[in-house]
Amino acid sequence: MADLIAQYGPVWGFWLGVGQILAIMVMLLLTLAFILLFDRKVWAAVQMRKGPNVVGPFGLFQSFADFIKFVVKEIVIPAGANKTVFILAPLLTFTLAFAAWAVVPIAPGWVISDINVGILYLFAISSLGVYGIIMGGWASNSKYPFLGSLRSAAQMVSYEVSIGFVIITVLLLVGSLNLTTIVDNQKAGVWAWHAFAWPTVFIMFPMFVIFFISALAETNRPPFDLPEAESELVAGYQVEYSSTPYLLFMIGEYLNIVLMCAMISILFLGGWHLPWGPVEQPFLGFLVLYAKIWLVFFMFAMVKAIVPRYRYDQLMRLGWKIFLPTTLVAVAVLAGYVAYNGRPVIGG
Amino acid sequence: MGLTAIAFYALAAVAVGAALAVISARNPVHSVLFLILTFFSTAGLFVLLGAEFLAMLLVVVYVGAVAVLFLFVVMMLDVNFAELKQGFLSYMPLGALIGLALLAELVLVTSATHGQGHSALAPPVEGTNALAIGRVLYTDYLVLFQLSGLVLFVAMIGAVVLTLRKRTGVKRQSVSRQVGRTRKQAVELKDVKSGQGLS
Repeated sequence: MADLIAQYGPVWGFWLGVGQILAIMVMLLLTLAFILLFDRKVWAAVQMRKGPNVVGPFGLFQSFADFIKFVVKEIVIPAGANKTVFILAPLLTFTLAFAAWAVVPIAPGWVISDINVGILYLFAISSLGVYGIIMGGWASNSKYPFLGSLRSAAQMVSYEVSIGFVIITVLLLVGSLNLTTIVDNQKAGVWAWHAFAWPTVFIMFPMFVIFFISALAETNRPPFDLPEAESELVAGYQVEYSSTPYLLFMIGEYLNIVLMCAMISILFLGGWHLPWGPVEQPFLGFLVLYAKIWLVFFMFAMVKAIVPRYRYDQLMRLGWKIFLPTTLVAVAVLAGYVAYNGRPVIGG
Repeated sequence: MGLTAIAFYALAAVAVGAALAVISARNPVHSVLFLILTFFSTAGLFVLLGAEFLAMLLVVVYVGAVAVLFLFVVMMLDVNFAELKQGFLSYMPLGALIGLALLAELVLVTSATHGQGHSALAPPVEGTNALAIGRVLYTDYLVLFQLSGLVLFVAMIGAVVLTLRKRTGVKRQSVSRQVGRTRKQAVELKDVKSGQGLS
């Protein structure tokens, strides 16, 4: 915002900044409405059901109907709950989920804040997401939410470790923490995308897979949805939540999922660049990145529909005994490669 | 007063207020939450100083990992608040003494260096923050850096040794055995004659 103020004066610059932020928020919420429906449709199609198909053509307005229903319901706060923390938890989740988007470049030059430590900022904000869950579970003053939140916290802290190491491998290839630089490092086409670039593909493709799986665990998606495993914990930390607070949790959770999709697209799949070459136009770039986000989300939805839920000890084993050593070795090998051969100039 | 000054005073006020609330809150969970708020505003102060890398590290390490563990422990422990408050007055003098000593040291340091060209701001570096810190850590202080890593490693092993105990009679999943099982080992086809059953 500071550069806008410098360019257009304090009043106009300020309102332009606010307008940018609002535009991104509205776009995200609209995307969310349809991505929620898409999620349910994919899930239904895999199970040979029709999914939501009543509200609007093909059920397109289902999410809006759900929204209205959530908002007009009564907010129930349990008697023994810690009121302040109980209300604060969904607000925190919601706010943090939006705050992360401040540094995400959605097209060439379209970013609210192009900071030098962009990827670290994303990592920091996503590591804060666990607080909404712990606070919600604790403040509900009930056993199931508390158990769910403890599980969730342990799970998110575990998988953050491997996500961190995978991010480091990308940073080794790029040499910068700036997200725009990371995207532009992959502009030469599909063979320059970090997931497929020669000769680092042997390390980076497995890293891409590990990042994808860790992202599933980090956002509490099936098959790692233990915090809200319906058959065991009813709905985990969300049991006592109703109406708008529940809606805020839901929005926060799905925003984090979309953020993870965006991160996968930016870190590994070339961001806004087309598979056959660079994109300079902002609008075209935005469309490309948007399509990639939907594609990655399709994978998320398919995993949810196909894979059965992990047991808790299997989840911990996967995180600590498989992903952590693998990513550590990958970081060491890649660092050695970069140190001896220099940073690979991708695409030439 | 510029935008930076406003931001500084706001963040500093929140940090100090939250720090006070940490020690005065009745509920220990609230204390930890206020502690997190303090960390967070401190990270904001780092950003104002131009040390955005340090700010992010503060958030990732302290808020994202250390405070989560604090919160875990405090939530799991069933703390009796009334009992906790009883000893407060008897600990007060000692606590006040330590606080005073810290304050005196801070005043000494700032008054000794005030007006001599020293400032809290580091001299501007070329390149980004992360680059500058990395350069210092891995060239000038490489050995010390590795040694501190070793100290952490020893502490980690210590924690593992203290809590490790072998329990007998626990069912464990051996993944390699489970995956390595073949059809021959697992399934046996029997031809059951009618009226006889399996013996």
